Amino acid sequence: MTEPPRDRIKGGKEGGLGWGLRTAVALTGLLLIAPTVVVIPMSFSGADTFEFPPKTWSLRWYRSFFGSEKWMYALLTSLQIGLLVAVVATVLGVAVALGLTRSRFRGLGTVRALLMAPMIMPGIVVAVAIYGVFIRWQLNGTAVGFVVAHTVLALPFVVTAVSTSLSGYDRTMDVAAATLGATAWTTFFRITVPLVAPGVLSGFAFAFVTSLDEVVVALFLQTPDIQTLPVQMYNSITLEIDPTIAAASSLMVVVTTLVLLVPQLVRRERRTR
Amino acid sequence: MTTTTTTPAVTAVPTRGREGPRPRGRAALFILPAAALLLVFFFYPIATIVWRSFTEPHAGLGNYTALLHDGVSVKVLVRTLVTALIVAVSTLLIAYPYAYAMTKVGARARGVLTVIVLLPFWTSLMARNFAWYMLEQRGGPIERFLGAIGFDGVVLLGTVAGVALAMVQVMLPFMVLPLYSGMEGIDRRLLDAAGSLGAPRWRAFARVYVPLSVPGMLSGFSLVFIMTLGFYITPALLGSPQQSLISQVIGDRVSRLLDFGGAGALGSVLLTVTLLVLFAVSRFAGSSRALGKAVGND
Repeated sequence: MTEPPRDRIKGGKEGGLGWGLRTAVALTGLLLIAPTVVVIPMSFSGADTFEFPPKTWSLRWYRSFFGSEKWMYALLTSLQIGLLVAVVATVLGVAVALGLTRSRFRGLGTVRALLMAPMIMPGIVVAVAIYGVFIRWQLNGTAVGFVVAHTVLALPFVVTAVSTSLSGYDRTMDVAAATLGATAWTTFFRITVPLVAPGVLSGFAFAFVTSLDEVVVALFLQTPDIQTLPVQMYNSITLEIDPTIAAASSLMVVVTTLVLLVPQLVRRERRTR
Repeated sequence: MTTTTTTPAVTAVPTRGREGPRPRGRAALFILPAAALLLVFFFYPIATIVWRSFTEPHAGLGNYTALLHDGVSVKVLVRTLVTALIVAVSTLLIAYPYAYAMTKVGARARGVLTVIVLLPFWTSLMARNFAWYMLEQRGGPIERFLGAIGFDGVVLLGTVAGVALAMVQVMLPFMVLPLYSGMEGIDRRLLDAAGSLGAPRWRAFARVYVPLSVPGMLSGFSLVFIMTLGFYITPALLGSPQQSLISQVIGDRVSRLLDFGGAGALGSVLLTVTLLVLFAVSRFAGSSRALGKAVGND
């Protein structure tokens, strides 16, 4: 809001960006987009190696991906685990967000920080720690083990997304609804749910993507019987040199982008309405 | 449908939130299920791994003295800290002009720059590391580019430099965003004031603007430093076993040797460093927030 007057004071002297700054921004932009951009053409390569840029083009790695029982099984495993994680983490995360924003007690700040801890702890320590107890509890290589471990990692993202939408929630609306004769349930479903829904949706999307993309814990929990897609991708670089990973990578980039974009689009749609 | 159409009218009520019905203590119970999950499947495992570092194979500090004397662990720890430092410094140097440019361009260009800087966030971790593997491999685009400008035979794959490059890319959003939000609050008229007092533009920038952006720099720097310490997949794929980082050694000890005691000791060291930096940051963040309030940019 204070922008226009500042610009006027600044005058033309500092208006645009100098060529040095432009070059720096362009190079940084290149560094930021390079890996994402490289993955897509690579997936249409006709060669048997990781050669880049590809000299010949084909769809063979997509055929190999969708034709391979191993890759399809990994994809299916990841999607199933991801959906379960998204459901469980969203339910728990919404409850946490409601609890954090609607109650005040001593130690609230500490509880909040502890709930966010999985986000900042070194991934390898978490992975090795969970692996250690899962061996004893025989949860290694089980779907339950994967879902529980990924839910722990996804929870902070849901809590953040839902808390953000709750913090903008004006509770006088609940009172207004009550004075107009609405019951607590009606208020919850007609006022609270629609207002919080976008935050919940983006929490759900974040949880799904967190699980879909998680490698470190999954590498330790994997057994020959149960492998997620990122684990199969990891093995295809380190053990097999299998260019099918190029097709898998492109699909991952497209799917995660779409999943994360949907809540944004829904939100924009609502705002313009 | 009906509820969404009524929303604008309701939000127009001028009273701010937090004033509604008095918060009930009962809502705190909603936290319990998630807290129980984290307690059993997150804090208990971490406590266990720390405990095992003091008890397996023998009770005592054996695992820790072994780290000091095995001739490798200390080297690995130092290499990890140095790598994290180099990555944090490089990220800061690259992010600074970018964040500065974001404050100077129009709304549309800023939107584009924001989307570009968030790209590493969105790109699948395995896809991103696979891309770097291709770019950095022998005979890959980076080696050929460096060859064309006179540096023959530089292969980044399997070196710490190659690992650092990939880390810098993915860490850039964590540096650019805090820097940008700090810079956005800097009153540019201070630069004009310095200029009117006779300071050349570069000196006004160095003496007035840069010091004001220090809080943003510190929060970005510490975040990048901490997160870089814990990277596992990137060094495992792009680095080499001869120049391994701490997380690779932790992973190897468990997956190859099932040495939970030794891995736990290294993990505890990594955790301690992380928590110390976090603690230092939270102390500082408190004072920088107070500073922000004093300047009126909170």
